[in-house]
Amino acid sequence: MSLTSVAVYPPDRSFNGPGFPQPGPLLLCTCSIPPILGMMRAMPLPDSNPLFAGTNLVCLRGERLVFTDLNFTLDAGQALLLRGPNGSGKSSLLRVLAGLIRPEAGRLTWGGAKITEDPVAHRARLHFVGHLDALKPPLGVAEMLGFWAGMRGDTGKVAQALDYFRLTRLASAPCRLLSAGERKRLALARLLASPAELWLLDEPTSGLDAAAETDLMHAIARHRAGGGRVVLATHGPLPIEDAETLALDDYMPRPKAIAA
Amino acid sequence: MSAWLTLVRRDLRLALRQGGDAAMVIAFFFLAVTLFPLGVGPAPETLSRIAAGIVWVTALLAALLSLERLFLADYEDGSLEVLALMPLPLEFQVLAKALAHWLTTGLPLTLVAPLLALLLHLDRAGFGMLVAGMALGTPTLSLVGAVGAALTLGARRGGVLLSLLVLPLYIPVLIFGVGATEAAITGLAVRPHLLLLTALLLAAIPLAPVAAAAALRQAVE
Repeated sequence: MSLTSVAVYPPDRSFNGPGFPQPGPLLLCTCSIPPILGMMRAMPLPDSNPLFAGTNLVCLRGERLVFTDLNFTLDAGQALLLRGPNGSGKSSLLRVLAGLIRPEAGRLTWGGAKITEDPVAHRARLHFVGHLDALKPPLGVAEMLGFWAGMRGDTGKVAQALDYFRLTRLASAPCRLLSAGERKRLALARLLASPAELWLLDEPTSGLDAAAETDLMHAIARHRAGGGRVVLATHGPLPIEDAETLALDDYMPRPKAIAA
Repeated sequence: MSAWLTLVRRDLRLALRQGGDAAMVIAFFFLAVTLFPLGVGPAPETLSRIAAGIVWVTALLAALLSLERLFLADYEDGSLEVLALMPLPLEFQVLAKALAHWLTTGLPLTLVAPLLALLLHLDRAGFGMLVAGMALGTPTLSLVGAVGAALTLGARRGGVLLSLLVLPLYIPVLIFGVGATEAAITGLAVRPHLLLLTALLLAAIPLAPVAAAAALRQAVE
């Protein structure tokens, strides 16, 4: 266990169970010595650290241009905070990144390859937690999480994920009895129940109490320490260390651009 | 494959827990069929002549009844967008959901059909072919219905639109399904009808999931 993670995680919410991947030494190096990152990216094979990047992305919803010429890069271990007023396209961008919406123009690439070339691989490496909780009222909490983990072919960490988000007590309760915060926690437990490199979170803290919010922040920090990437849309101030911020109003189409 | 079975199992479990759906389809089937003797009169010769048609048409409508919910619940609670982001391609997921739909509607309809045929004085020679035809035809109804259910997601009055879209597509299944039973009763060759029903099913298995998945992708955009 590295010193950084010991400093970041309180002992009682430790992730050090057998199921959670330990941060690799390689990634710790890349975090502390940025130049090595560039060298690694230049190496043709093996591409262990592919860059997730969007170039000149344009998103059109209905008749409305939501954002234009949006660029971002997201490396292993990085977090990207999406900020902007309502309707500025935070959720749309997350859906574009997930592959739910095709961008009107621009390129979305993972390690240089367009994600549309291998959509199955892209879906396998991402988790998307949107505004809706994707819970079935008649199913039990553990059953529900087991289903989502099973759809990704791995149910080994369901109990651990429930425990982490303090849902073990409710494991056999049907989802319809959950409160809004509990529903959100169960939706977020999907992140830990089956591993995926890229987390796309749309207002993940809405409805969460302070303790659950802290849990989520620790989960995000731990995920990043293990080389995971996070894109998170939020309004509130979130204690996420050295996260890049993408202000979506910068990419709002100006009236002139529409007229032209 | 395990993810595929996980989805089938979930849909079956949901259908059983919510209970209502399958039971309601069967109840509708019973009630609608019993309306015919009241409407056309209880004369055995009249009923026996139209029995196969009544059972088939009513089964068609009963299957249609539960179609609207096929993707709607998943669409409304956000499950559909998470499902669309699973590694298992949506086409296979549609196939899994259509199978679960058939197991909870088409199969029970097929099993109770002989009972209703008995009430309608269907000629004894037609019973076997009624069940065989429905066993071959109802999976096609679920598959074709899945396309309609996916297309009408998010539409206002999706249920009515769904019927308008899907019922015309059910006509071939109805014609050959009833044809098989009639042929068995009149002593004509049954084979062509069954082969055509099989052909419809074999065409629907690969085509319907592709069409439905495309419609679902539009819906979650």
